[in-house]
Amino acid sequence: MAQAAPVQKDFKDCRNAWAATLEALAGEDERIVAVVNDSIGSSKLGGFAKAYPDRTVNVGIAEQVMVGVGAGLANGGKVPFVSAAACFLTARALEQIKADVAYSGYNVKLVGQSSGIAYGELGATHHSIEDLAWLRQLGQITVIVPADAWETEQAVRWAARHEGPVFIRVSRMPVPDLDISDRSFQPGRAEIVRAGDDIAVIACGTTVHLAAAAADMLSDEGISARVLNMATVNPLDEAAVSDAAATGAIVTVEEAHVRGGLGGAVAEWTAANHPVRVSRMGFDGFRQTGSIAHLFGAAGLSPEGIAAEARRTIQTG
Amino acid sequence: MTDRSNTLATIRDNALWMRRRSFEMVHRARLGHPGGDFSATDIVATLFFGVLRYDPKQPDKPDRDRFVMSKGHATGVIYTALCRAGYFPEDWLETYMGPDSRLSGHPNRLYVPGVEANTGPLGHGLPIATGIAIAGQIDGADYRTFVLTGDGELQEGSNWEAAMTAAHRRLSRLTVIVDRNRLQQGQGTEETSALDPLPEKWRAFGWDTVEVDGHDHAELARVLGAEPTDRPRCVIANTVKGKGVSFMENQANWHHGVPDDDQFAQAMEELV
Repeated sequence: MAQAAPVQKDFKDCRNAWAATLEALAGEDERIVAVVNDSIGSSKLGGFAKAYPDRTVNVGIAEQVMVGVGAGLANGGKVPFVSAAACFLTARALEQIKADVAYSGYNVKLVGQSSGIAYGELGATHHSIEDLAWLRQLGQITVIVPADAWETEQAVRWAARHEGPVFIRVSRMPVPDLDISDRSFQPGRAEIVRAGDDIAVIACGTTVHLAAAAADMLSDEGISARVLNMATVNPLDEAAVSDAAATGAIVTVEEAHVRGGLGGAVAEWTAANHPVRVSRMGFDGFRQTGSIAHLFGAAGLSPEGIAAEARRTIQTG
Repeated sequence: MTDRSNTLATIRDNALWMRRRSFEMVHRARLGHPGGDFSATDIVATLFFGVLRYDPKQPDKPDRDRFVMSKGHATGVIYTALCRAGYFPEDWLETYMGPDSRLSGHPNRLYVPGVEANTGPLGHGLPIATGIAIAGQIDGADYRTFVLTGDGELQEGSNWEAAMTAAHRRLSRLTVIVDRNRLQQGQGTEETSALDPLPEKWRAFGWDTVEVDGHDHAELARVLGAEPTDRPRCVIANTVKGKGVSFMENQANWHHGVPDDDQFAQAMEELV
């Protein structure tokens, strides 16, 4: 089985971009408050907590009150960023996210740290591969999965300006900056990372740069693969999916469960509007343990694995 | 009459109106939670007509006192209080739980002015109220936050997460009122998962705790209107589920019981 691309020196941990951006924004907007569950370190918020101690609310290991407090802070005119490991934030406090944030329409920003299988060796209790499926249903919440440090900063800046609930899914797995120029962050709009017409690879988060590398490999073989960075999983950029379907074959790639997340969203839309073969790459269930590289490799989340899936999809499409 | 006796008369009149109107709503809709409406009526009436600072024309006014209804199923009492307080016209009450009505079986702040949170699942109100009180603490604001919980609801662990957070942060402008009617949906709280000794639990969590008669308007007004201390306050209001209608009092089956026409007529005779 192919292994994931090794982490390189210029790869960045997006949590640093998140934390630096929030700290900068807090200097401009005194409404910004950080809410954490004893997760200052894992959220990289040590600097924020030192600079803004009165705007750092650490409720301890208590996710239900953490999210409820977020809703209450929004009621009191604050712009809370509720930051915790994605697995605990979204699973333990899902009812609070549903009722207190989404259904109540409160202006709460949920930031899921170390999402996907970032805590590889710690096992499935600490993996968060279900979060996209859970939160995508809660239509009020904009769900953003940044692909790199730049996009993480843009997403945090946009969330602070936007009036309404947002979920930003941050990885701790270092990733390179995407090699595309003249970028402008547009929530709800897919970004074309590679142009191509033989197949569309729709990815988000940590897998986008892998999909780009896969497209480069396919290009050498004469296969023209379009790569889309679908950072906003909800609401879905349906126009981009429609254009992708027009290529005749789609592969979705995400560091998440293959059911209900980005792949699920694309499959739902195409099944109803433009039937086309959709291969969904990701994780199809609990993973026991192993490094990120091992788990990515086993799932085929590598340039070689994505390229192989693309070839299969074109052949069987 | 003095101002104080005027206020108590207003609370009493409104509480009676709220009981009658909420029971009409339940009778018309054939749905509702009248037992819990009635145990909470005197508490909510005292808050809205004797304690809270608010302007129904500006429901989002930043310095308003907040009232969070954690026992969101008791919509009969919250809707009648908000209506009587001037947040929305009386004809809305006639749509209660009708198709696409603003007045759902649980409150929705996006459709009903004066509602602070979309409660319904239990154990959500106190965490949200804690967040409101933290916002006020950060701003040095003088508004107060009140949250009404059921007693069975305290079996939800989220309440105790919030109890720790609020005490740790010394949220002195936060008051939780426990509607201690001793009955939950199926049976008594003490037969289900015992809450007693309840005042000691709140005190151990660091709350300034008092017990009152939850149907005594004067006592409720005095305790709920008292100046904040240096810590959050818990008011355990001892109440009677179904209070005010003889055949409903202390009967668990009136949690979400619906009156037939004879029962409704008898209740209207008693609620005078």
